[in-house]
Amino acid sequence: MPMAARRLTRIMDIIMLDDFLIRAVLAGIGLALATGPLGSFVVWRRMAYFGDATSHAAILGVALALALQLPIGVGTLLVALAMAGTVSTLAARGWLMDTTLGVLAHSALAFGLVAISYVPGVRADLSSYLFGDILAVSKADLGFIWAGSLLVVALLVWRWQALLTATLNEDLAHASGLNPDRERLVLTLALALVVAVALKIVGALLIAAMLIIPAAAARGLARTPEAMALYAAGFGALACLVGLRLSLWQDTPAGPSIVSAAAVIFALAAVFGRMRRM
Amino acid sequence: MSLLAAHKITVRFGGEAVLSDVSLAIEPGEIVTILGPNGSGKSTLLRALLGILPLAAGSVSRAVGLRLGYVPQKLSIDRSMPMTVRRFLSLPVRVGDTEATTALARVGLPGLEARQMAGLSGGQFQRVLLARALLSAPQLLILDEPTQGLDQPGEAGFYRLIEEVRRETGAAILMVSHDLHVVMAASDRVICLNGHICCQGSPLVVSNAPEYRALFGLGSQGALALYQHQHDHSHEPDMVDAHGRAPSDPHHGHNHA
Repeated sequence: MPMAARRLTRIMDIIMLDDFLIRAVLAGIGLALATGPLGSFVVWRRMAYFGDATSHAAILGVALALALQLPIGVGTLLVALAMAGTVSTLAARGWLMDTTLGVLAHSALAFGLVAISYVPGVRADLSSYLFGDILAVSKADLGFIWAGSLLVVALLVWRWQALLTATLNEDLAHASGLNPDRERLVLTLALALVVAVALKIVGALLIAAMLIIPAAAARGLARTPEAMALYAAGFGALACLVGLRLSLWQDTPAGPSIVSAAAVIFALAAVFGRMRRM
Repeated sequence: MSLLAAHKITVRFGGEAVLSDVSLAIEPGEIVTILGPNGSGKSTLLRALLGILPLAAGSVSRAVGLRLGYVPQKLSIDRSMPMTVRRFLSLPVRVGDTEATTALARVGLPGLEARQMAGLSGGQFQRVLLARALLSAPQLLILDEPTQGLDQPGEAGFYRLIEEVRRETGAAILMVSHDLHVVMAASDRVICLNGHICCQGSPLVVSNAPEYRALFGLGSQGALALYQHQHDHSHEPDMVDAHGRAPSDPHHGHNHA
């Protein structure tokens, strides 16, 4: 019965994650789990540029990893951590963040692109680092993405009450015996992890978009912080699925396709939210 | 045993002493108001007492296991964050629905649970902040200019509420203020601050102290008027300005050098 055999093979493909589409879908959902809640904090704390600086630094991380023959994920994680740490420190010292982040975000990208041009044989792959390559996610990539995402979710759930309190008002957090600096560190760490996770999926240029757009779409529909984080995760996953479909169908780059889908979801949510208020 | 005490604390910002050699102690159940002009270090003192700012010298001691409620000066909930009143009351410690309902009723806002924080009026917002602070059953309530931005009746109502809370729970109150009128009447003790403690004592003693007059100049008349007014009409201590005395009043004859 060749029909049944084919079906069995197909099922085995799915279970064994041998199908590149299944891997792509799972990668997108894995990413959205982390970007939903973390992106909500990025929006609440007005850290959009902070996300930009950290994710643009990922390209520098790619160059470093290739030069030192480290895994790409490790290189991006290290450089994203260094960038996020630098930005946090400067912010705590009272630097003008708008300008400082603008300088850092674009410098990191420029230096990364220059550095990567010294690594032989990468020019062809460059666009996959800039725009993501979700259809080429391997089983190992998938493991890395889910491990990273679950770690971020675990961090945020663990510190949730403290993070919310510190986001509202640092003095209030202090008076309640919390340490706002530690909560900021938690977010910094989570952001670096998400950057490393998201590089393969949406690419360095659009990681920040993946954090901000689904959360912004969720804002108008949610009444509590928790609801907003959940909606944002849902919208992120939906954007990944739709973008993936688009990318496959029209052979468009993965990252921009996913972010385009997120932007359309944002527009629909905004219209729906406004209609509901009328 | 004092609930909270500062021992000769000095706080510096970039080498410059904003507070120097400040000592004070808060005893159970008393209402203490720290009064001072802008830039006198009032908020700095509160933040030092809360352990937020590092001390250049001196120390702050707390009673063991002190339960402390804090109402910050201004808390702007970014419109990007959806937050119902009910959810806010559960920060940072989750509380049950019954407790939340009771706390809201206590501050005169029954049934407001489902409202968005961003949609509250200034007075409602301050009362919700107070309700949240009360949920930890504090022995000491610290309020940083809690009536900023409220109109006169709102301010009077808020201070009345603070007095009720003190009466019912026995919590000590430490408050920072720059408005001289209503606060003076409600306080057991007023500490006049300008980088250091200029003078302190009962509202009457402070309002007659030359240091206080030097600090507040003409503004001091409002406070003195209030105090005397309180003698006349102690049943409604909030209506102040209407009875303020003219500068030529004999009571003020010794005011200004």
